[in-house]
Amino acid sequence: MTERRTVMIDGNEATASVAHRINDVCAIYPITPSSNMGEFADEWSAQGKTNIWGVIPDVIEMQSEGGAAAAVHGSLQGGALTTTFTASQGLLLMIPSMYKIAGELTSAVFHVSARTVATHALSIFGDHSDINAVRQTGWALMASGSVQEAHDMACIAQMATLASRIPCLHFFDGFRTSHEVSKIEYLEDDDLRHLMNDDLIQAHRDRAMSPDRPIIRGTSQNPDTFFQAREAINPFYEACAGHVVDAMKTFAKRTGREYKLFDYVGDPEAERVVVIMGSGAEAVHEMVAWLNAKGEKVGLLKVRLYRPFSASDFIGALPKTTKKIAVMDRTKEPGAVGEPLYLDVITALYEARAAGTSTFESEPIVVGGRYGLSSKEFNDTMVKSIFDNLAADQPRNHFTIGIVDDVSHTSLPMDDDFTIAGDDVFRGLFYGLGADGTVGANKNSIKIIGEETDNFAQGYFVYDSKKAGAVTVSHLRFGPDPIRSSYLIRKAKFVACHQWVFIEKLDMLGFAEEGGTFLVNSPFGPDEIWDHFPREVQQDILDKKLKVYCIDATEVARETGMGRRTNTIMQTCFFAISGILPRDEAIEKIKNAIKKTYGAKGDEIAQLNFNAVDGTLANLHEVKVGDTVSATVGRPPTVSEAAPDLVKRVTAVMMEGKGDLLPVSAFPPDGTWPTATTQWEKRNIAIDIPVWDEELCIQCNKCVLVCPHAAIRAKVYEPSALEGAPETFKSVDYKAKDFAGSKYSLQVAPEDCTGCQICARVCPAKDKSNPKHKALDMTLQMPLREQERENYAFFLDLPEVDRTKVKIDVKGSQFFQPLFEYSGACEGCGETPYVKLLTQLFGDRLLVGNATGCSSIYGGNLPTTPYARDENGRGPAWNNSLFEDAAEFSLGFRLAVDQTTASARRLLKELASEIGDDLVDEILLADQLSEEGITDQRERVETLRKKLEAIDTPEAKTLTDIADYLVRKTVWAVGGDGWAYDIGYGGLDHTLGIGRDVNLLVLDTGVYSNTGGQASKATPLGATAKFAMGGKETPSKDLGMMSMAYGHVYVASVAFGAKDSQTVRAFLEAESYPGPSIIIAYSHCIAHGYNLADGLDHQKAAVDCGAWPLYRFDPRRTAMGENPLKLDSRAPKISFDEYALSETRFRMLMKTNPERSKRLLEEAQRVVRAKYDMYQQLANLHYGSDADADTN
Amino acid sequence: MDLKTTYLGFELSNPIVSGSCPLGASLDTIKHLEDAGAAAVVLPSLFEEEIMGAVQAQMEMESAGAGFAEASSYIPNPDGYHVGPDKYLDHIRAAKEAVSIPIIASLNGTTPGGWTGYAKKMEDAGADALELNTYFIATDAEETGADVEKRTLDIVTAVKETVSIPVAVKLSPFFSSLANLAKQLREKGADGLVIFNRFYQPDVDIEELDILPNLRLSTADELRLRLRWLAIISAQSELSLAATGGAHNAVDVIKATMAGAHSVQMVSALLIHGPEHITRTLEAIDFWLTEHEYESLRQMQGSMNMAKVPDPAKLTRANYMKMLDSWQQ
Repeated sequence: MTERRTVMIDGNEATASVAHRINDVCAIYPITPSSNMGEFADEWSAQGKTNIWGVIPDVIEMQSEGGAAAAVHGSLQGGALTTTFTASQGLLLMIPSMYKIAGELTSAVFHVSARTVATHALSIFGDHSDINAVRQTGWALMASGSVQEAHDMACIAQMATLASRIPCLHFFDGFRTSHEVSKIEYLEDDDLRHLMNDDLIQAHRDRAMSPDRPIIRGTSQNPDTFFQAREAINPFYEACAGHVVDAMKTFAKRTGREYKLFDYVGDPEAERVVVIMGSGAEAVHEMVAWLNAKGEKVGLLKVRLYRPFSASDFIGALPKTTKKIAVMDRTKEPGAVGEPLYLDVITALYEARAAGTSTFESEPIVVGGRYGLSSKEFNDTMVKSIFDNLAADQPRNHFTIGIVDDVSHTSLPMDDDFTIAGDDVFRGLFYGLGADGTVGANKNSIKIIGEETDNFAQGYFVYDSKKAGAVTVSHLRFGPDPIRSSYLIRKAKFVACHQWVFIEKLDMLGFAEEGGTFLVNSPFGPDEIWDHFPREVQQDILDKKLKVYCIDATEVARETGMGRRTNTIMQTCFFAISGILPRDEAIEKIKNAIKKTYGAKGDEIAQLNFNAVDGTLANLHEVKVGDTVSATVGRPPTVSEAAPDLVKRVTAVMMEGKGDLLPVSAFPPDGTWPTATTQWEKRNIAIDIPVWDEELCIQCNKCVLVCPHAAIRAKVYEPSALEGAPETFKSVDYKAKDFAGSKYSLQVAPEDCTGCQICARVCPAKDKSNPKHKALDMTLQMPLREQERENYAFFLDLPEVDRTKVKIDVKGSQFFQPLFEYSGACEGCGETPYVKLLTQLFGDRLLVGNATGCSSIYGGNLPTTPYARDENGRGPAWNNSLFEDAAEFSLGFRLAVDQTTASARRLLKELASEIGDDLVDEILLADQLSEEGITDQRERVETLRKKLEAIDTPEAKTLTDIADYLVRKTVWAVGGDGWAYDIGYGGLDHTLGIGRDVNLLVLDTGVYSNTGGQASKATPLGATAKFAMGGKETPSKDLGMMSMAYGHVYVASVAFGAKDSQTVRAFLEAESYPGPSIIIAYSHCIAHGYNLADGLDHQKAAVDCGAWPLYRFDPRRTAMGENPLKLDSRAPKISFDEYALSETRFRMLMKTNPERSKRLLEEAQRVVRAKYDMYQQLANLHYGSDADADTN
Repeated sequence: MDLKTTYLGFELSNPIVSGSCPLGASLDTIKHLEDAGAAAVVLPSLFEEEIMGAVQAQMEMESAGAGFAEASSYIPNPDGYHVGPDKYLDHIRAAKEAVSIPIIASLNGTTPGGWTGYAKKMEDAGADALELNTYFIATDAEETGADVEKRTLDIVTAVKETVSIPVAVKLSPFFSSLANLAKQLREKGADGLVIFNRFYQPDVDIEELDILPNLRLSTADELRLRLRWLAIISAQSELSLAATGGAHNAVDVIKATMAGAHSVQMVSALLIHGPEHITRTLEAIDFWLTEHEYESLRQMQGSMNMAKVPDPAKLTRANYMKMLDSWQQ
């Protein structure tokens, strides 16, 4: 018998580890939460790991999921065992190919971490809406409910599809299973070899297309034959369930783990039964055991094979005693009679009854319920509620569980205090920051417990909706029995606060159970910490009789060279306090885990962590808890009193992490939200903020331009506006002539700044007596917070600049109010300064269609969103449709705007005699290419409205409604390179080609940043990225050159860190150009691998080495007989190496494969040089009359 | 003429060693140096900052951006990727394969810490010996001279615990009691001393209001300081001694040898004149020794140290007094 290892891995790894070993080809594309499966496969193949037949699987990244599915289809037709990994919209893009694959009876497995399909909003989290969107394709659908099941079912699905020829989609719940770390028994290579049937594999290969035995597939058929031919497939579907059963039996024989098509759990004479699939089944399983132990008769039917749905097996699996069934669907199909699994059950029971084959003592009542959309919690109290509902004489049907539905009143009641969490399971909650490494350490902790003790263990991690200053909560459970609690911890024996700032922000002890332990990383020692706890914390500690421990982990980390990473220190405290293992043994295990994690990266990293572990225990103290609540200060309110009602009622609750409590009525039904809400979320995540020396400042406004979060701003204003200024508010005479006699202020938003330092880095003004001191110095935020909060409030109330009087260059543009502020983008983000600039220049008449990606996440992820409004209530109107369609979506905006404008103009002409010809002519002929022109037109429209009030006709009423469209609108599609170069390229190209006035802003980081840095076609030659572990072999696509080839497209390549003036100019030109425009904007990114405070230097180096030439191609110049291309950067003055080797993405390959790195870098140098030369030659071509003159 | 000498336990064909400098960074140059007669080559220094900087950067990068649900990391984690200057180790290996003279690796840092682990890696990569450069400028008014000495002693202790190859310590002249420090270093296991380190001489950029790091080549004047301390230490210590800083020609090498040096490192002269300068210098030494009827280089080694010079006081204060007298006359 094969010796099997027990491992602690997550669902994605558990699945990919099987898929990679039993396939020849993987065609992949990143999408949360499945990206990791592709990453694992790519990584393993790059490491030379083979499948069970000794071949390294070919892992290839495609341009979209549609492309991946097509490549899979082709590869299958070529006879290779082929798979892919996806979710959500990705799966939807695969549908056309899925029909083909199934229609051709092709053995294949897709592995899907099931995720919500975007509707009123996008959600990256888990439910079965994607799975249910493909149930008509003819694929078998097979569900896993846990990490072990995902591992096993990945194998069973492959066994079954090879036998049945019905392709199989294996799915498990996104995040809940894909990201849960759990203890599983590992299928070894020998197991897989045993379970894969070589004859069936050969049969699959024999069906392949080959010119040696030619066949034709993909014919087109006509009304005479299509129908019959389609029905010819039926016997295969009839036989499919049997093949799956066989596969499950063979699997059980080998591994001892038994699965059935429908697994029944519970009392054999149960009267109430829940039918469910996926991870929710685990929570129900746990409750069934608990209820039956209390003498009830309940059961659970876990659906394993959802399609083809075997009605007879389904009925056969239910106890004959079943009286009531609740069918739980993790999806919503509005307008349907019921959700799909419910309908299946109803149909199966009806048909059995009709056929006289029903075996029930009495026909069961069936009710359906929805649960768990977008990973909504599905926990013990909810499951209890479902069984309670079934106990009623007339159970509620079409109910929801887990929410409070006060609109349609579908929700079942829940007892929030009810829990079955027992003492046999340890439950710990750990609050940390992304940056302090808490999650990584907790993954190690749970691995230690799972792999080094007899305990079963589970780790689940809740992440933030913001990238900067992201908060993480780790939920760790372990105990002697398998853990089926597929939900978050609500009663923790151990609560750890890894950052002192959380004390006043988060209600952590609400989750602590009586007699539990609270560990705090605190700058205050054991004798003084009590007095620094807010009232609520003291109260909880006393009420719940908590033991409290503290350590100044931040200081220990600093002393031991760990920087911000307090993770191993807090981990050591956890082991020391909890006593799971003897202290010495725990420390040894922690060190082993550190060695495992970091050893390969260099002994020094491991050694630093060892030092931190060793330095911990001497600094860990038990706190003497006070006798009474002595604190006078409570937790501050989440949002200011000045916030709008919706923000206070809804947004603030989400910000507190209590969004689950909001009822249905709190929400807009169509996904429409007010903008400008980030201003109410004071995150206070900066350690240091810039402090302005007004005397030293040269008022260049560069700091304002580069700030990724609009957290430093400049205003120029009349001196009289200073009346009532706070004492510490800084103001100085404005230095230039344009606003002579005015005052100037530069002000930081202290609670919105992320402390990224970029403003201080770009500041050119040094103190001549003390050059270390610049006009902006980074200084500790905490002591300045109150003072600068007041100053910033005063600053915001200062009048905005008169837009018509500003010369729009770098400096002038930065007096314009940013209408994109305090986003959740990374500290030092290289994309957001462009987005902010866009809103400063055109925000009051801007429509944005945003491709999914970083920019849609920091642009539109609740609770708060950054697009804002000006004092007139105008601002960007923003929408994210899909990843792939931003260009076409935006083109749609243009079409609608143009149509409405045309209507307005037509009505204007029709009503000219009543309005007055002069005004009508002025409006129709207005030049709206300048701020002045726009302002004048707005005034004319106001005059028009007044005149229309006097005209009582339907036409006048219509014109009043649409008169604003007489003011020019600007339409922008915004997205990253994943969109522009890959998945959205077809639509982007079409939008450019069609010639309408749409502007495309490509925030080019050279990788899929949002999903974790996977390679795109913009990834530079020689750079390492996920999915390009061996270094990118080909140069990045020259999107600019391709766009210029049209001739009628405005094209600009910009990098604000290299030449901000050119950036501002390009935005103005693109917007004013009355045709399609594309700006390709170099954006430094965390995925490049350097401190983002240095981002501007890297941009400059990219330009200086020629890798990123700056240019503007303006078709208007062609019309004037000039060369349309202006090259704005000089010939390369540094080597490509000098640029590249300062970034980890390039340096990495030098370490892993120096020879290849050398070759690729040399090739990159050649390509970069050639590219610049080509641009230079193009820019020097003679055009039009010049050319004629030369040739004559 | 027998120019052989023993340094750090190695019998060298002659006393001239190519000191730690960019010349040692190129394999071709190392071969060239050997051909020209260099008895050993000290490689350029691997700096603590280089090692720990990479480590800190890697740790920062691993957690940068973490905590967001869609990506647990933003940088791939390929097999075999590790931080740290492994190129240096590869260079040691390559140098060892390319030449037969001893290759001395150089490690430069100021605090005991993880970086000292690189000493072991250097040994494993084939380095014959280690030169430990504890380059440190004491700028903290709270730090005492004893504290500064302790740093060096701690580093030596840490390194000697991990390696078995000889370790020479390259010192700066700015210690209160060099002879005592030499003694303590010997007690901690140091095998040799390299005297002296030359500090960077930063310059001021008056346009950018910044400091420009700068290192000028040595001049022959700088040898004097070395001669004195070689003479003092060699008289009372068993440590292998190397002179570095200011040895430009045959006379300089002879002086240093007489003062007690077991080897003499050349840098500036080689950077100016190229590796062939060693050949010419060796010829000149040979000529001088023959002319002066020496039997071997060893015959004069340490002949002018403090124990052997006719008037040891001339090496210390008397020299100073006399010099002043000469000015007064």
